[in-house]
Amino acid sequence: MTRRLRMIVLALGGAGLAALFVAACFGMPGFGGDRHPYGDRAVHASLARRTANTISSVNFDQRAFDTLGEMSILFTSVLGTVVLLRQTRDEKRGRPQPQEVALPVRRYALVVLPVALVSGLYVIAHGQLSPGGGFQGGVVAATALHLLYLGADYRALERIRPIGVFEVGDALSASAYLVTGLAGVLAGTAFLANTLLPYGTFNTLSSGGTVPLLNAAIGMEVACAIVILLARFLDQAVEIEEDNGKR
Amino acid sequence: MTVLPYLVAVWIFLTGCYGLATSRNLIHAVGCLAVCQSATYVLLLAVGYRAGATAPVYSDIKPGSRPVVDPVVQALTLTDIVVGATVTALLLSLVMQISKRHGTVDPDELRELRG
Repeated sequence: MTRRLRMIVLALGGAGLAALFVAACFGMPGFGGDRHPYGDRAVHASLARRTANTISSVNFDQRAFDTLGEMSILFTSVLGTVVLLRQTRDEKRGRPQPQEVALPVRRYALVVLPVALVSGLYVIAHGQLSPGGGFQGGVVAATALHLLYLGADYRALERIRPIGVFEVGDALSASAYLVTGLAGVLAGTAFLANTLLPYGTFNTLSSGGTVPLLNAAIGMEVACAIVILLARFLDQAVEIEEDNGKR
Repeated sequence: MTVLPYLVAVWIFLTGCYGLATSRNLIHAVGCLAVCQSATYVLLLAVGYRAGATAPVYSDIKPGSRPVVDPVVQALTLTDIVVGATVTALLLSLVMQISKRHGTVDPDELRELRG
């Protein structure tokens, strides 16, 4: 198909799609309307189980099974990336040479690193209370570690980031989620049902039954997964070379 | 204009589709896919919006004192973002393998299958 023909087909299809979408938009409930039956019920259920952050309650209590699927997608795509970006037979591993880092960059990175790491852990720990949770905090904590790559060099990052440990951590946190779900079955209710633990006092760290546990498992899983993903991409960019020395 | 946010989502989605269809670089195409996906964030959040409402988090407001936006679609958006990020990572690693095996990232030059 020539480029010109392709553009004509695209314009026709795009115009049709746009017309259908716009027609659909005018058939939707008005923006900012007051009728949200699912939302109202989710808020009610969340408050009944003393979880202050309704979104965490939806993710780790009412839709905990869907979050299991989401976690599996994360786990599988990390697995896929690890397999795709492995070192092949015609590649060798070079030793990256440390480069001079500008002093302000080094200072800033080393000052911000602990602050960012603690913020990430705080966001994970308070997932059931305030905005945030395992997914968001995990990303913050994992990327905080990589400030060391900006502030020092790749070898310093590799020293504080043993990939084997993070791979085990990824698998452990994924199974922790499953085990917490299975504990519900053993206790005589249902898989991932939030009836196992006392709901605690509203708006305290231990409130919400199994929500904090599942949230922590997800936080660890996401942090480990991001570290592994970034490590694979950084390895390709920094360390792995083709045999003739070309990168 | 109460349909404007929905139309914004449509516009973002179609922009992403245009980019995907005319892309000459697979990395650019992965970026366009991310643009398409961000249309779904806008759509979901627009569906859940309630005029004059606040975030559905009760750590600093009294339950029942103020209307809150729909938490279900916000949770769905969170799922959407996580899945989008991981799929982007997987696609980028595929692009790296294609670039190593075929020496190009232009989809038009990747016509025949090679082992």
